[in-house]
Amino acid sequence: MPETKPVLMQGNVACAEGAINAGVRFYAGYPITPSTEVAERMAARLPDLGGVFIQMEDEIASMAAVIGASIGGMRTLTATSGPGFSLKQENLGYAIMAEIPCVVVNVQRMGPSTGAPTAPAQGDVMQARWGTHGDHPIIAFSPASVYEAYYLTVAAVNLSQKIRQPIVMLLDEVIGHMREKVLIPETGRLMVEKSSDKVPADWKPYDDKGVTPLVPFGFGHYYHVTGLFHDQYGFPTTDPPQVARSLDRIHEKLDKYRDEIVLTNYIGHKEPRVAIVTYGCTVRSARAVVKKAYWQNRKEVGLLSLQTIWPFPEQEIKALAKQADVILVPEMNMGQIVGEIERHVRGEAEVVPVNRYDGEMITPDEISEAVGRWLS
Amino acid sequence: MAIIEQLTQDFLRTKKLPHIWCPGCGNGIVTAALVRAIERAEYDQRDVVIVSGIGCSSRAAGYLNFNTLHTTHGRALAFATGLKMARPELKLFVIMGDGDCSAIGGNHFIHAARRNIDLTAIVVNNHIYGMTGGQHSPLTPEGKKATTAPGGTVEREFDLINLARGAGASFGAKGTAAQPRQLEQLITRGSQHKGFSLIEALSPCPIAYGRRNKLGGPVDMLRDMKEKSISVERASKLGEEELAGKTITGVIFDLEAPEYSEEYYRSISKEK
Repeated sequence: MPETKPVLMQGNVACAEGAINAGVRFYAGYPITPSTEVAERMAARLPDLGGVFIQMEDEIASMAAVIGASIGGMRTLTATSGPGFSLKQENLGYAIMAEIPCVVVNVQRMGPSTGAPTAPAQGDVMQARWGTHGDHPIIAFSPASVYEAYYLTVAAVNLSQKIRQPIVMLLDEVIGHMREKVLIPETGRLMVEKSSDKVPADWKPYDDKGVTPLVPFGFGHYYHVTGLFHDQYGFPTTDPPQVARSLDRIHEKLDKYRDEIVLTNYIGHKEPRVAIVTYGCTVRSARAVVKKAYWQNRKEVGLLSLQTIWPFPEQEIKALAKQADVILVPEMNMGQIVGEIERHVRGEAEVVPVNRYDGEMITPDEISEAVGRWLS
Repeated sequence: MAIIEQLTQDFLRTKKLPHIWCPGCGNGIVTAALVRAIERAEYDQRDVVIVSGIGCSSRAAGYLNFNTLHTTHGRALAFATGLKMARPELKLFVIMGDGDCSAIGGNHFIHAARRNIDLTAIVVNNHIYGMTGGQHSPLTPEGKKATTAPGGTVEREFDLINLARGAGASFGAKGTAAQPRQLEQLITRGSQHKGFSLIEALSPCPIAYGRRNKLGGPVDMLRDMKEKSISVERASKLGEEELAGKTITGVIFDLEAPEYSEEYYRSISKEK
């Protein structure tokens, strides 16, 4: 990539900087550990860029303000952690239903409840999937490095805009607070086309034919935005076929753009006997294991890391299950994504959870030991 | 008549009518006053945005032919804050019910008032949660009955206008559905005021509130509303005893105070 310069950056700051580079000019948030640095960076940067930073009265209001600003045509971001993510759920569901783009960063801390604010965990995986009520689609990215935090945020902002779907950046405390080298391009280079008020005369906000660009308020298109089931123009409906169509519509766009949404990365043996599947900071420990077992000792080990957790990369998992005898799933929780893997593997491979939930990272030794058990 | 027809044509989504409100409801009167107020102030239709929360009165957004944003319960002002900051040139009217605004939305209400953000908040106060069938709200008068207060509520009610003033709002007015012309004027004035403008509009809910409290039919409720109301000017000449049980209507306060979006954008242009 041309015109890049190496910078030492914190994961939370990378989210903020990535968002800015992708055109985000509105941030609304509420202070919460361990995500506050995202807000602080935005507060420092946005005013100089002519953008808006607003510290709202609570987490719910932050989510609402972000949606309001998106309807006004701005690219928006908010950040929080577990308790705040819980509070944001209702309005997150609203944005999904009304198809308003926005990016929500959740830097996971240990829960439930207030839990351990500064301890890392990966306990919000299922909350990210099902936190808001009803049958809704969700996209969640999980970076495993500061570099990924930066570029996945860029991708999230652009994708969110393109398909009018809120996206969750599911960081963990380790990635959020870690400092690493990132290569970043000049400001503004990573932005896709801006939203526009110039649309065809037959533009509909919720066209049956598929996603249309969001036309901000104030340009003479008098459509309605609601969290109720709605027709092509946004008006409430309880007509059963239209209700079903409305729900299909918000799911179908994720299927249509699957290739842009589902991001995974495989390293290691081409035909692994033991495959590790993980995400977030746990990828780092797993990578160390694969480096040693495969690159040094040529053992039949591989690692599939999930940058995208939701929608779940089921095709990739199914393909992996055809090769591997065993799929090890290290997670810093009591076992969340492992259930999803079992669901798609359907007995084609042994699925083995490796869990830790004491506020510490899973070490390479712990994964190595599990790998060793299955290789011998 | 011709003007009314023109307003209906331009500012109402006639295809979405009839509305969902019960016979005798005051929401239609308040909505009509809002439409006339927008006309009276001569705003460009493209600049007007109607934001609403959840409840009977908030459904008005769906019937009004502007950019309309029907949000989540209690959060209308928080959505509006984001939109106003993104697009300060837009003219925002935020319609909320009494429960929507003062209970679940109470925090957003005081903070929007504190910021003195430029928008017109219209609180349609029918003293009850109508859509869910008649539960008491923070604006249900003490002693009045509700499904969740079968013997009459023992809770004290908010004084919404004074709450807004205490929190930092710069304009507060009270009107009733029984005096639609005055209400229309109050909404116009509120919308022309720079800052957070609260218009509390008393409105009858004969079905979920009136019936349970034996207040008679819609006409009785409106008549009672009218008889009890007294203008700010007249009230200023009366003592506390004479004002007992009265509703003071008109502009209660009209102050000058820094407005949030203007202050924000000024501050960032200075930093540049």
